[in-house]
Amino acid sequence: MAMLRPAGDFDRSYEQDMALLRQPWHYWLLGIGLLAAFTLPLWGDAYLVATANQIAYTVIAVQGLNILTGYTGQISLSQAAFMLVGGYASALLVIHAGLSFFIALPLAALAAGAIGLIFGLASLRVKGFYLAFATLAAQFIIPWLSRHTFKEYLGGTNGAIEVPLPQLGGVNFGEVSNYFYISLFVLLITTILMFNISRTRLGRAFVSVRDNDLAAELLGVNLFTYKLRAFFIAAMLAGVAGAIKAHSQRGVGTEFGYSLNESIIFLGMLVIGGLGTNLGPFLGVAFIILMEDFSDLLGGVLAAAFPELADQLLTSFRPIFFGVALMLFLIYEPRGLAHRWQLVRAGWRLRPFAR
Amino acid sequence: MNWSLVPQQFVTGILNGGTIGLIALGIVLIYKSSEVFNFAHGHLVMFGAFLTWWFTGGGAEPGAGLVDLPLWGALIAALIASLGLGLVIERFALRPMTGQPLLAIMLMTLGLAQLFEGVTAILFGVQLKSDFPAPFSPSDVLIIPFPGAFGDAIRLKYTLVATFVVATLAAVVFIWFFNSTKTGLAMRATAEDHEVARSVGIRVRRVFGLSWGIAGVIATLGGVLLATVSGVSLNLSTVALIAFPAILLGGLESLGGALLGGFAIGLVQALVQASRLIEVRNSSEIAPYLLLLVVLLIRPEGLFGQKRIERI
Repeated sequence: MAMLRPAGDFDRSYEQDMALLRQPWHYWLLGIGLLAAFTLPLWGDAYLVATANQIAYTVIAVQGLNILTGYTGQISLSQAAFMLVGGYASALLVIHAGLSFFIALPLAALAAGAIGLIFGLASLRVKGFYLAFATLAAQFIIPWLSRHTFKEYLGGTNGAIEVPLPQLGGVNFGEVSNYFYISLFVLLITTILMFNISRTRLGRAFVSVRDNDLAAELLGVNLFTYKLRAFFIAAMLAGVAGAIKAHSQRGVGTEFGYSLNESIIFLGMLVIGGLGTNLGPFLGVAFIILMEDFSDLLGGVLAAAFPELADQLLTSFRPIFFGVALMLFLIYEPRGLAHRWQLVRAGWRLRPFAR
Repeated sequence: MNWSLVPQQFVTGILNGGTIGLIALGIVLIYKSSEVFNFAHGHLVMFGAFLTWWFTGGGAEPGAGLVDLPLWGALIAALIASLGLGLVIERFALRPMTGQPLLAIMLMTLGLAQLFEGVTAILFGVQLKSDFPAPFSPSDVLIIPFPGAFGDAIRLKYTLVATFVVATLAAVVFIWFFNSTKTGLAMRATAEDHEVARSVGIRVRRVFGLSWGIAGVIATLGGVLLATVSGVSLNLSTVALIAFPAILLGGLESLGGALLGGFAIGLVQALVQASRLIEVRNSSEIAPYLLLLVVLLIRPEGLFGQKRIERI
């Protein structure tokens, strides 16, 4: 299904076979898409840019989860905790070491990756939902540590520190519209990374571990190193996303979320988008975040109509819509929006014949 | 360690552990019959407590509520309602997922949990309901003389004692049910092997439905017990997060193990409180998870679970 191509469209060289962009119109489409994304702050309003910014850094975190859960098949409930690590690492490096944000960002990614490796060690001993419990433990232990240790640095029990704004040369990224360029640029890099991981040796090894880890080991895939690599990449991307989120919200700490709930929502985004696909994180994150905004809108309208019920109306639509959407997708489209998109494309190509 | 606090904390821990064990039992029950790990159990607990509270009048003036039952009547009504709820969940959420991979089923129960969170909030409101008609007031304290303890006596809240007795009795009844009744044995046979169970005439689907129904009943019972101690609120669902370490400690397939695991987790949480160091006392919320990590690394199958042998 994935590679339905018109008759006469052959690959004549290795470069053509490996190309991500095959047709001239692919380049045009990509160009127009990037142009639209990079000029968004010029024609979109503040709300649109803020939402796009949130989608951009969430996609980075979900891409990391996709490597770990989608490709390698290791269930993780601690992506939000790794984001917290990245956010704190970047904030502390900028505040106390006086580094530029653009140097702190990769260092924060490495810090989160290192923490990810520690909890990834559990994956060598246990798998399936035993591993889900090990990561669940991480999701409780990491935020607890941020609240109860090194209080003068991490903000103590109220769980938040202020984060300064990134600067590069004379450009101030304090404005949301300027900040969006950072998220977008990093997202571009991680997306290229994802495409290349998924179609090279590393990604194929991940998939073989997911499909049958014992068979993969017999074929010469070292489970020890590959599972740890998956954990490292996942936590690293979570760290990047966390650092970007921390600086764009100008604060980091358990007050800003990073809870088990967020980790669950990341998993939901991944499943709704499509596990183990490179398009999935984009579709799933956009779907859920737009749905959350819609829930808030609906809750706000209803709360204005029934002021005595305002508290429950404002908080209950998000979990209801998320739960229902996740359950419906699991029953009717467990391969997610990315698979639906493939079906639409195949149907278009095969028109007017049977799909 | 503040040794004079230890006897008091030891008893409190065991008493709290009873409820944790009862809630863990509901999760183990579903896992045993259908290999579904129910992440939504905590939300069933919370929903059951809210249902009972609603049946007792739901915070309205006496006589003004839609229904106005005494506590025992409300409890029975809520237990019947949650039995039906369990059956509905199994039929419409879990049965379509038969044969799906682990991650999909796990996410299904997580989605259910989110749904229940929202539905409970919209039906019953988000504030703490402190008017739950508990049979004892929180200030009723049983004092047992105990030389060496802090103040030379152990103080036990009646609510905690009653909770412990009910939880342990319920757990023992359910364990008896699984070991001695025909239905219980059918459920255990289903847990062993679906196809073999079907070939000896057990209706596997009915067993799945029944196990969810019973789990709903256990959850509501646990929710009511928790509510008599701490009131009814959305936070009740978090107790299941403490029950997970209890289950892994006891072993996923063992009902008795779940109960013992509950006691162990209750003990650990309480004994940590007896420390002199504030850092250690603060860690009582994550102590069960540290224990969980240790169990996973040393003995992943738990104390009484079955060791998994993998075949290709």
